[in-house]
Amino acid sequence: MSQITVRVDGVTYTDEVEPRTLLVHYLREQLGKVGTVVGCDTSNCGACTVHLDGAAVKSCTVLAVQADGSEVTTIEGLAAEDGTLHPVQKAFHEMHGLQCGFCTPGMIMASVDLLKENPHPSESEIREGIEGNLCRCTGYQNIVRAVRQAAGEMSAPETTGAQA
Amino acid sequence: MTLTEEPRTTETAQPEIGRARRRKEDARLITGRTTWTDNMVLPGMLHLSIVRSPVAHARIGSVDVSAAREAPGVVAVYSGRDFAEEQGSLPCAWPVTPDMVNPGHPSIAVEEVNHVGEAVAVIVARSKAAAADAVELVDVDYAVLPPVLDMEQASTQDTDLCHAHLESNTSFHFVFDAGDAGTGGDTDEAFSGADVVVSRRFVNQRLIPAFMEPRSVVVQPQGDNYTMWSATQIPHILRVMLAMVTGVPEHKLRVIAPDVGGGFGGKLQVTPEEVLALLVARRLGKPVKYTETRSESLMSAHHGRDQIQYVDVAADREGNVKGLRVRLLADMGAYLRLITPGTPALGAFMYPAIYKFPAYRFELKGIFTNKTPTDAYRGAGRPEATFAIERIMDELAVELGMDPLELRRKNWIKHDEFPFTMVAGLEYDSGNYEAATARALELIGYDELRAEQQRRRESGDPVQLGIGFSTFTEMCGIAPSRVLGSLSFGSGGWEHASIRMLPTGKVEVVTGATPHGQGHETAWSQLVADKLGVPFEDVEVLHGDTSISPKGLDTYGSRSLVVGGTAVVKAADKVVAKARKVAAHLLEASEDDLEFEGGKFSVRGTPGTGLSIQEVALAIFAAHNYPEDVEPSIDADATFDPVNFSFPHGTHICAMEVDTETGMVKIRKYACVDDVGTIVNPLIVEGQIHGGLAQGIAQALYEEAVYDADGNLTTGSFVDYLVPSAADLPHFDTDNTVTPSTSNPMGSKGVGEAGTIASTPAVVNAALDAVRHLGVTDIRMPLTPERVWRALQTGGDGGDRAAAGTTAYGGASTESTTGVSTPASNPGGIS
Repeated sequence: MSQITVRVDGVTYTDEVEPRTLLVHYLREQLGKVGTVVGCDTSNCGACTVHLDGAAVKSCTVLAVQADGSEVTTIEGLAAEDGTLHPVQKAFHEMHGLQCGFCTPGMIMASVDLLKENPHPSESEIREGIEGNLCRCTGYQNIVRAVRQAAGEMSAPETTGAQA
Repeated sequence: MTLTEEPRTTETAQPEIGRARRRKEDARLITGRTTWTDNMVLPGMLHLSIVRSPVAHARIGSVDVSAAREAPGVVAVYSGRDFAEEQGSLPCAWPVTPDMVNPGHPSIAVEEVNHVGEAVAVIVARSKAAAADAVELVDVDYAVLPPVLDMEQASTQDTDLCHAHLESNTSFHFVFDAGDAGTGGDTDEAFSGADVVVSRRFVNQRLIPAFMEPRSVVVQPQGDNYTMWSATQIPHILRVMLAMVTGVPEHKLRVIAPDVGGGFGGKLQVTPEEVLALLVARRLGKPVKYTETRSESLMSAHHGRDQIQYVDVAADREGNVKGLRVRLLADMGAYLRLITPGTPALGAFMYPAIYKFPAYRFELKGIFTNKTPTDAYRGAGRPEATFAIERIMDELAVELGMDPLELRRKNWIKHDEFPFTMVAGLEYDSGNYEAATARALELIGYDELRAEQQRRRESGDPVQLGIGFSTFTEMCGIAPSRVLGSLSFGSGGWEHASIRMLPTGKVEVVTGATPHGQGHETAWSQLVADKLGVPFEDVEVLHGDTSISPKGLDTYGSRSLVVGGTAVVKAADKVVAKARKVAAHLLEASEDDLEFEGGKFSVRGTPGTGLSIQEVALAIFAAHNYPEDVEPSIDADATFDPVNFSFPHGTHICAMEVDTETGMVKIRKYACVDDVGTIVNPLIVEGQIHGGLAQGIAQALYEEAVYDADGNLTTGSFVDYLVPSAADLPHFDTDNTVTPSTSNPMGSKGVGEAGTIASTPAVVNAALDAVRHLGVTDIRMPLTPERVWRALQTGGDGGDRAAAGTTAYGGASTESTTGVSTPASNPGGIS
C-alpha cells in the first residue's frame, strides 16, 4: 500500500491505496465521488474525465499514486460553493446537451478544458475537441450547441451576466 | 442549485404541451448527484466477477475452483453445477410460431458453452478487485466442438449443430402471406405477370447497442424478501420474469431501476447476471453487486440486427409496384432471450412501408449460431425492414430509369387516403408523406445539390456527390394487447398511471413507463400541468420501482408517451371528474354548472366564485365536508390499452461525398422531416431524432460486430467497435410536420426509434447515388473506406475481401473452419 495526499473538490484526503489503484476507482470507491463514472475499460469513452491540476484527464488512465500531491476537480466540485452552476453545466441544461446523462460528467469536464485551451472554438474545433468522449444518446449536436453557448457566456463581459 | 428556468406559470400562461421545457432530470445529471446502480454501497456487500468462456462451442469437462476459493478476499466460488437445479431457463416471451424450438438458456453454463463470453463460474469476494483477481484462477476443461458461425451455412442440411440435442439449427419458420391472410393478392401471380422484377440480397450486419452505462445489478436479501436494483429498462417485467425463473415469489421481490444510463433495447432483457446475482444473494444471505466491464458488455449483453435479406420487388414499366417478396435469415445467436425471435418477426409487417403493394409475402427463419444472442436494438426489426424496402426502391428506380423520388411518389399512400389498411393488414391512422417530403427537399437545398452533382460528374471530379432518400414509416407505441396476443407475445401492451393530489396542492404522478434518458419526468409534468392546471414545477413523477410504481410494462418500442402518457392523461381526467363532484358540493352548485379552466372550478356566469383544484385537494384531505356518495379522495389511476400502433413517418435526405480515390465517404448534409404527430416537448423530440440519427448513420458507416473464424468477437472493446464520436457525425437539419394521430387523445406518435429506423438507407442510397455511374450497385455496411474503395475498384459490394477470415457475411475468400457460403451458393437460404 502507498500513502497519498490528494485535494479533491476542495477537500484534502490522505489515504492508503494499492499502487495499482486507478484514480477513478480511488475517487469512486474510497472517496465516494460517484459522480465520476466508468464507461469502458480501454480509455475510449471519456466518461471518467476529471481535472488533474487544472487539465482534463481520463481518470481511468491515471494511477491514484500519480495524483499524490495534486488537485483534482470532479463534476461534483465544478459548480460554485453557493450552488451556482458553471456556465458549461448551465449550457448543457439549456441546450438539452444530455439525455441519459451517463457521459455528461466527463463530457462537461472535457468541454471546460477545451474552452480553457480555446475560448472561441468553431463547430469543427468543438467536435474534434470532444472526440475523446463518447455519447450514445444525443448525436452530439446539442452538446456542440451547449459548448458554443458556454463559450459565448464565458467570454462575455461580466456586466452582461450581472444585468440578467 | 441554480437552474435557469423560464418564468413561472401564470394564469394566462401558454399551454405546456408544445413548450420546449428544459428537463427536470438534468439537475442531478449535470452535477454528478446521480444514483447509477454501480454507485450503490450496502453494509456487508459482496462483489461478483464472472468467469466467461473463451471458446465459442465446447463441452465443459471439469471446473476446478479450488485455487480461486483460496484467493485473498474470496468468499465463495460457484460453477454452473452449483446452480443447475435452481437457475431455470432465462425466459423467451415471444414464441413466434407454435413449433418454435427453444434450446433453453441457462444463466450459467452447466454442460456446454455456446458462445464466447458465456458465464461458466462466478466469484464472490469482499472487493471488486479481489473478485476480478480470482477469475484467472478458475480452471475449466473445455472439449472444443466446431463452432457454427455462418447462418446461411447453418440453415442448410450440410452443417454442424449449434445445439447437439436439437435436430437442426433452425429455431422457427415464420410466414406471413397477405394472400392467405386476406389482406392482399396472390404474390406468385403478381410476380409472374410483372414487367420488371428486381431481386437483391442485403446484409443487415450485427450491431451492439452499446448503452453508455455498463449493466449493473445489486441484490439485497432481507429475510425471504429480495430487493434488486438493476440498470434495466424493464423493472416491472423483470420482477415477473425473475419470479417465474427462480421461484422467488413475486410478492417477495422488489425491483428498482434507479438512474439508468441508456438502453436502446439493450437493457430490455432478463440477463444471466441478474439471475446469478439473485441466486448468489439467496445462497449467501448477503447483499451482492455485479457490474460488468465494457468488454464483458460488448461480448455478453445481447446484440442486435444480424439478418440476411432476400428481397424481390415486382412492378410494371410505368413504375407501379405489383408485389413484394421478402425472405429473411435472422441470426438468433446461441440462445433465445426475451424477445429474440420476435425482433425480426416484428419487421414482417413493415417491409411494404408506405407503398401500396397489392401483394406481399414474408418468410423468416430464425437460425442458431455460436454467437452472443441477438434481441431488441433501437427499432428492433423495423430498421432492417426499412433498410431493405428503401434500398430496393432505389434499385427498382434504376432498373426503370426513373427518379427514385418519383417512383416513391407514384406508389405511396396519399394524404387523403388515410386511414389506410396496408397489405400486411395494419391500419395506418394518419400521415402526409407529400408534406414531409416537400419540406425535407427545401431543408436540404435539393436543386442546388443535384446541380453540383451534375457538375462533379461532368468534370470527372475525384470526389463525387450523391443524394439518398428514405421515405419511411414505422409501427411503434407497443401495443394493443389483443394484437400482441395474436402475435403470440407473452404480455400485453397496456400502461398504467396514477395521480395523487397532495394536501398542499402538489401532485405526484406514478407511471409504469421506465425512463432511461428520455425525459419522462419533464414530459409527464407538462401533460399533468395542462390537464390539472397546476404549475409544471408542482408535479413530481415517480417511476422505476415496483413498490412505488406497482404496475407497468416499462419503456421500449417508442411506447412511453403514446401509451404511458395517455394513461397519465386519462388518470388526470379522472382526477378532475372526482374533484368536480367535491367542488360542486363545496360551492353548492350543480356539477353541470361548473367549468374547469386554468386549475379552477367556477360556477358558470358567476364571476369571482371558484375553488382551485389545490383547494379541493386540501378539502378532501380534511374530509370534513364532502358529498355522501363519494370516497374522500380525488386521486385516480388509469390503465390504457392502445387501440392501434402509432405510425410516425418522415422523409430523410442525405447528401454524401465519396472520394473515389480513397473510398472515404463524408456526409455533406443531412436533412430530415419527421412527423410524430402532436409534439409535447419540441426539445425532447429533437433530441430523440438527433440520437436516433446517430445510431442509424453509425450502422451505415461505422459499426459492425465481427467474429473471427473461431467465434471470437474481434470487436470486443471500444477500440474496435466504432461508436461514433462528435467528429464522426455531421450537423443535422431537422424539422417536423404535424399530422395528429387519431388513436390517442394527445394525437402524438412515438419518436424514440424513428431517427434510427429512417436514416440507415438514406445514407447508403446516397453513397450509391454518388458512384453508381461508375458501375457500383451495392456497398456492404458499414461503408468503410476499404469497402467503398474495393467496390469501386473490383465491383461487388466491397465486402468480400474485407470480410476474409471473419464471419462478416459473404466472405468469398475465407479461412473459417466451418466454411462460409457465397451469396450464390444458397439463394434465400429458404427452400
